[in-house]
Amino acid sequence: MKILVCISNVPDTTTKITFNSNNTEFNTSGVQFILNPYDELALSKAIELTEGGNGSVTVVNVGLADTEPTIRKALAIGADDAIRVNAAPANAYFVAQQIAKIAKDGQYELILTGRESIDYNGAQTGAMIAEIMDMPSISIIKKLTIDANTATVEREIEGGKEVITVDFPFLASVTEGVAEPKIPNMRGIMSARTKPLQVVEAIAVDTLSSISSFDLPAARSTVKLISTNESAKLIEALHSEAKVI
Amino acid sequence: MNVLVYIENITGKFKKSTYEVVSYAAAIAKQTGGTLTAVSIGNVEANTLAEIGKYGASKILNVQQDSLSSFVNQAYASIISQAAKSVDATVVVLSNTFTGKGLAPRVAVKLAAGYVDGALELPTIAGNSFSVKRGAFSGKAFANVNLNSTIKVITLSPNAYQINDLGTTATIEDFNPSTGAHDFQTMVKEIIRASDKISLPDAELVVSGGRGLKGPENWGMIEELASLLGAATGCSKPVSDSGWRPHEEHVGQTGIAVAPNLYIAIGISGAIQHLAGVSSSKVIVVINKDPEAPFFKVADYGIVGDAFEVVPQLIEAVKVLKAQA
Repeated sequence: MKILVCISNVPDTTTKITFNSNNTEFNTSGVQFILNPYDELALSKAIELTEGGNGSVTVVNVGLADTEPTIRKALAIGADDAIRVNAAPANAYFVAQQIAKIAKDGQYELILTGRESIDYNGAQTGAMIAEIMDMPSISIIKKLTIDANTATVEREIEGGKEVITVDFPFLASVTEGVAEPKIPNMRGIMSARTKPLQVVEAIAVDTLSSISSFDLPAARSTVKLISTNESAKLIEALHSEAKVI
Repeated sequence: MNVLVYIENITGKFKKSTYEVVSYAAAIAKQTGGTLTAVSIGNVEANTLAEIGKYGASKILNVQQDSLSSFVNQAYASIISQAAKSVDATVVVLSNTFTGKGLAPRVAVKLAAGYVDGALELPTIAGNSFSVKRGAFSGKAFANVNLNSTIKVITLSPNAYQINDLGTTATIEDFNPSTGAHDFQTMVKEIIRASDKISLPDAELVVSGGRGLKGPENWGMIEELASLLGAATGCSKPVSDSGWRPHEEHVGQTGIAVAPNLYIAIGISGAIQHLAGVSSSKVIVVINKDPEAPFFKVADYGIVGDAFEVVPQLIEAVKVLKAQA
């Protein structure tokens, strides 16, 4: 099976978020970037599905040259080759149009993405790619099994899950549970340097949305401490003071 | 601006998030001098549908077909965009539920619309500028997003907007969209519900446990406290990674982001990734035996103490409170 995995380059989960230029720009100074954790799960699942020479895994990223360490990481984990669309990812629709173009050209049977990127958390790109390509999509799946020409997925819903069958080709966005994250081994790290990484130029896309500014959450008031042997007073305070129970 | 709201049902019933999104959409219609139409897909009884009128929808388009009784992403997206066109809607609003997250991006592409997911407030509209506030960086910040397109698609975060009963009524009309075999490439085989549990992503109250609880065998008191309060249960990443609790209870940057009225963290130190997932909570309570635990810095109430001593006292106190009520 030919699988395309969409990957995003995001600030490490421990990053303290700050902004520049009057809160209009994310301050990337000193920030460590990583492969988006949900995309890492998508990639791990794709590698699992193609184990034993049963197909190939291509990763695609929309980003400038500074995302290449993250792309090499994906190759080290086990992707066979990579494509980078040489453009800053302006918004989800822009990224979806770029990837849909790549996906159409490559005739993939399965496209996997993470449920969302941990920077802008849109959960938009995957379903947009599928809509542009006019193929089915299932968002936020935690299980995927393939039997002949039919795939069965489990999708999260509030308070439960749905078991869904779907025909190929399709797109799915994945969350925890779909696969165990794979860690690159030494052979993977060595071979990642020489695996093909193709750079293509972006196509023009209308700017349907743009971020005008960011805000940081307001500081919370200082904590009211209650002593252990008066724990019952907490429940009283939540009831009559905070009025939340 | 005419507004269309998708009223999501789960097996024929509306959830709180649906009433919230109708109230939110009604406020946008009022803000812009337009009318609000709701569209329902699936088998919802007429008296349940009529309830939606109370929250400001003047018309409900009802799509009732057996083939649509369970969720089919492509067909639903097609119907919602057809409904939007039929009422000349320039704003289309959905809930930011698991289903909404799958649908809205497709609807946005069909309508060539700019899309903001997880809106936290009403849009700020001034002249041609239309801006919506949403979370970013997994709860560590907020982003104000401008939608530059003629049609705008928005999904509303659960617990972000108050339900307003306006005492209005709606007319219900059958709506007959055109769909083809192509729209039905996925099929729901089974819906598995954890019926006795409160769903975490849209819960009003959450009781969460961390490594401080020492092992999965000690979750009984967490579940008892949660059940007495009517709260959902959550956990930290190390807990779900160790298999003590299922992944769907993992609260944090790479798990579920929650926005409850009350979040009680028991035995969770408060790593930055966990704090990101709870930063939209209205009131945060932290119980931890380490007074230096970073979680206390963002807490409203705290008890520095051993969970095994504190939680049983809280359970008793809730029982007393409930007995008084």
